[in-house]
Amino acid sequence: MDLLEYQGKQLFARHGVPVPDGRVADTVEAAVEAAEEIGYPCVIKAQVQIGGRGKAGGIKVAQGRAEAEEHAAAILGMDIRGPRGEGPFTVHQVWVERASEIEAEYYASIILDRSAKKLLAMLSTMGGMNVEEIAEKDPDALVRRHIEPNNGFGDAEAGALASAAGVAEDARKKTAALLVKLHRAFNESDATLIEVNPLVVTKDHDVVALDSKVTIDNSALFRHEELADLEEGFIEDPQERMAKEKGLTYVKLDGDIGILGNGAGLCMSTLDVVAQAGGSPANFLDAGGGSKADAIVDALEVITSDPKVVAILFNIFGGITRGDEIAKGIIEAFGRIEIDVPLVVRLDGTNSDEGLGLLADADLPNLHLEKTMLGAAEKVVELAKAAG
Amino acid sequence: MSIIVGNDTKLVISGLTGREGTFHGLRNRDYGTDVVAGVTPKKGGQDVEGIPVFDTIREAVDERGANTSMIFVPARFAAAAINEAIEAGIGTVIAITEHIPVHDMLATYWKAREAGVRLIGPNCPGVLSPGKANVGIIPAQFFEQGSIGVVSKSGTLTYQIGNELKQAGLGNSTIVGIGGDPIVGSDFIDILTLFEEDEETELIVMVGEIGGDAEERAAEFIAEKVSKPVVAYIAGFTAPPGKQMGHAGAIISGSSGTAEAKKQALEAQGIRVGKSPTETAQLAAETIGAKA
Repeated sequence: MDLLEYQGKQLFARHGVPVPDGRVADTVEAAVEAAEEIGYPCVIKAQVQIGGRGKAGGIKVAQGRAEAEEHAAAILGMDIRGPRGEGPFTVHQVWVERASEIEAEYYASIILDRSAKKLLAMLSTMGGMNVEEIAEKDPDALVRRHIEPNNGFGDAEAGALASAAGVAEDARKKTAALLVKLHRAFNESDATLIEVNPLVVTKDHDVVALDSKVTIDNSALFRHEELADLEEGFIEDPQERMAKEKGLTYVKLDGDIGILGNGAGLCMSTLDVVAQAGGSPANFLDAGGGSKADAIVDALEVITSDPKVVAILFNIFGGITRGDEIAKGIIEAFGRIEIDVPLVVRLDGTNSDEGLGLLADADLPNLHLEKTMLGAAEKVVELAKAAG
Repeated sequence: MSIIVGNDTKLVISGLTGREGTFHGLRNRDYGTDVVAGVTPKKGGQDVEGIPVFDTIREAVDERGANTSMIFVPARFAAAAINEAIEAGIGTVIAITEHIPVHDMLATYWKAREAGVRLIGPNCPGVLSPGKANVGIIPAQFFEQGSIGVVSKSGTLTYQIGNELKQAGLGNSTIVGIGGDPIVGSDFIDILTLFEEDEETELIVMVGEIGGDAEERAAEFIAEKVSKPVVAYIAGFTAPPGKQMGHAGAIISGSSGTAEAKKQALEAQGIRVGKSPTETAQLAAETIGAKA
């Protein structure tokens, strides 16, 4: 789970990591009220889970009430795209915080390094936007230290990191103390990423986290009541929202061929094969292992609710998933919902003969059974082209 | 020969008495795997269709000579079950359970490494050596004994490719599902090393997918250390670019993690990459044919 900036800062505050005083607001009135409480100058920041907010005009400084109102009105409801074209993400909340007087901007992060199987702490005195660029051009400007699993990360390790990064003498102790707290926050909240960019030294020589990017391991949420009731970001896409409610793994794509596969790998491979056959997938939908008939009905409901979809492909290779359960789900779906586009089914693996028998007996309209994955991909592309 | 599981495997199943544990445990035994024990705390003394159940893995090792364990317990207790197996002197642990907290796995990973225990998974379909032993949930009927080693991050995609190989008249030495979690006990390089040393294996099929940089690292390793032919498949060319949080991920991997980047890294080392599971099986068949 990715936290919004303010949720990350609240997590920081619970672990003693210094953050500026701030309030969250979802209306212009509430934002102005928050600004009045905090005092001016204050910063109004769009709360979306994507970088490049500043460049997109989602972060503005207000010197007084009129500006606070003007900026909040401009930012709330705006659409922000990520630096690589992700999104758009609509701004539903802003974070209003006390403006900091900045002396220096650093970059700090702790991340799970999957290759090394260790946590990696990184620190640079050249904070701000383009850390990736700095890391590439001047690798020495970004200091990286693995945290040894048996050693931990205390004042000594954090202090060594700070001096290696060239943190100014008078800020070193406070920077190290903050890093130690970040590491504790990382472990205690089951994070897989914590990034602070910028980490600032203020004119008063305080070291403060001015931004936060935090990812929490979903598998560990059961032991974090304090995070369980965080509002998850609003899902804009109607199919993605519906799939989430039904507990399905669904991602919307641009095309017109609805896809269902079992297992993420096979489902991704199905998208690729359909694309190679000249088609354009409308979605990724992983029915998961051991899908029962109900899940298949839900999946067909989500796929057919997308008006762009002109044909559907089911590609199932049953391991734990049983072909007869898939067939029962398809037959039931035809009884319960209106399916007015052709459906191509390729069923292989466990109990696939039983499943194919059930489908043949049911004699469903516009249902096409195919033997191979490539054959099924070609068939669905042909049907989609005929419909389009 | 074969790798990881075979005729010498004596399997103890943590979580045998659960619904899934019973179903797959019995299927593994029916296949011919020597399932010597199950473990469920407070259920010692019972049995599951003749398989004795103990309270602890230690008892299963002492009384039944178990040398391999399969973990089928719920996620929140799974890391503890792996740790128990390591402490009981088990040599190979295969963890099927998904959704184990990654911080738990981080500690368990190092515990296994330090003890010299081979850990496969978690969140994996297990390991099948056709004709010898099946440990996990891989549907064995779609594979035959032969000379192709398969190592894969994905479950169902592996079945698809295994089945295509079978139709091309090719069998497998061992199929290893390493799992797709951020922290897995064994990665591509660990398994490639075992296949390289295995006499039965003549060719290796490596099945990857988007995310991380394990495939890129494997490509370099293959070029340097693997003499046997390797054919690869990567899923996820059409997947949308993932939303990236911050910069740290991109900085450490030095790779975009896309399917295209992985394909290029493999091809740069002379490894052939199939466009589809079908083409991958064809490439394997061609390569084996050329070799023979």
